[in-house]
Amino acid sequence: MAYPTDRKYTKEHEWIQASGTTAALGITDHAQESLGDIVFVELPKVGAELAAGKTFGTVESVKAVSDLFAPASGTVTETNADLATSPEKVNKDPHGSWMLKITLKNPRELDGLLSAADYERFVAEEAGH
Amino acid sequence: MTEVWILSSVEATPADTVSTVRKTALNAVHRQMGAKMVDFNGWDMPVEYPAAIGCGIINEHMAVRTGVGIFDVSHMGDIRLAGPGALAAVQHISMNDASRLAVGQAQYSALLYPQGTFVDDVIVHRLGEDEYLLVINAGTREKDFSWVRDNTRQFDCAVENLSDDFTQIAIQGPKGVNVLQKLTDADLSAVKFYWVTRGTVCGLSNILIARTGYTAEDGFEIYVPADEATSARVWNEILSAGKDFGIVPCGLGARNTLRLEGKLPLYGHEISDTINVWEAGLDRFCKMEKPKFVGRAALEKAKAAGLTRMLVGLEMTERGIARDGYRVLDDGDREIGYVTSGSPAPFLKKNIALAYVPPESATVGTALKVEIRGQSVGAQVVPTPFYKRPKKSL
Repeated sequence: MAYPTDRKYTKEHEWIQASGTTAALGITDHAQESLGDIVFVELPKVGAELAAGKTFGTVESVKAVSDLFAPASGTVTETNADLATSPEKVNKDPHGSWMLKITLKNPRELDGLLSAADYERFVAEEAGH
Repeated sequence: MTEVWILSSVEATPADTVSTVRKTALNAVHRQMGAKMVDFNGWDMPVEYPAAIGCGIINEHMAVRTGVGIFDVSHMGDIRLAGPGALAAVQHISMNDASRLAVGQAQYSALLYPQGTFVDDVIVHRLGEDEYLLVINAGTREKDFSWVRDNTRQFDCAVENLSDDFTQIAIQGPKGVNVLQKLTDADLSAVKFYWVTRGTVCGLSNILIARTGYTAEDGFEIYVPADEATSARVWNEILSAGKDFGIVPCGLGARNTLRLEGKLPLYGHEISDTINVWEAGLDRFCKMEKPKFVGRAALEKAKAAGLTRMLVGLEMTERGIARDGYRVLDDGDREIGYVTSGSPAPFLKKNIALAYVPPESATVGTALKVEIRGQSVGAQVVPTPFYKRPKKSL
């Protein structure tokens, strides 16, 4: 799958799509593929503060439990309620299934994240190991 | 995102420690099919096959419950006991009563330490008048073989480790019989559950065919020569024969959820060298009327002393998934036990778990909690097995 170029990526396999000081974020196609059937997504409440690089939630597949790491710092303004009842949407459309919308604390933080091409290379290198 | 694998391994004893990861003869086939591979007890095994070919744990699990799936279970070990003293040897080292087996019959049993705890659980097949085959777990292969050899020295029988001789393929699910019948001259309708026969399979003569499995479903396990070419050919012929029945290859992920729904124990989880037969609730496979077997004396004492913990089935009543090793709490949030295996149950569509709790908390209907990432989440003791396959209507 081609990774959309309208957003940034982390080495923890999250994506973040910013527009001014707001952003949406989720997990990548590679993440959903390696997790397998996703059955549970646990997200913070609206108003919660995210700190870049720190865990903010959990995603579970049938066989694995994974922490979610914040790609950037900010305040949660919206959570994707759909994912509570239909977590499998993350498998079907990982780059369309945003988990959180946040107000960015410092949009410059995104400058340090990976571009789509860099992320794709990173995933390929990881797989090669 | 960091993954924590739930398919935890059996803790290896030093004798089991291997420096290199082991591969079954079908390893290249799994990789070619795009399977996700994991290290399972030192074995490089498929955990699930790709969604792109209709797989993934949930699809694989459902295929076995409603149709048919195949598994490479060659990592399982096999020990053959043969000779005039074979029955006496098997009786000495296993808790079930092998004297009840007719030639061609199999039984679930276990090898016990003198403490009444588990060396391993096994399937005992009676292959001939004086010939038995014990099918044992992957993670305990070396330990089991040494233990069997050491504990049968006084009997007149040969003990052979045949673990590397077979590629073991499980064909599981209600349609398994239809698929395998296309590939063999053996009359499978004459083979009852937990019986074995021999027949030509995919042109290979004298193949052992057992109506056994680890999925709580009808199915077969076949034992074919372990060379790569033969193994791959048989695997692919089964997949082709099963096409019309919607057959899918299945990995260890589905194997685990299938056995959990059926409450089939897994070594290192529900049973181990620190858990005894009564705690594990395997009473009906332990024949105390046998005058002597390793572990019997300790079990007698343990029975008289009473249980301090019991294996129960839990169903989550609140949102959350209990996982292996999570703490079980009572309604006052006091720690009373632990989860041995926990997972979403794909067929039952519930979050289920097996757990050890004190007898006073083991009654069906008891409200308990499971600690999930620091939160107490509601659960309830429920009857087990969680899943029982429907009786065949003839």
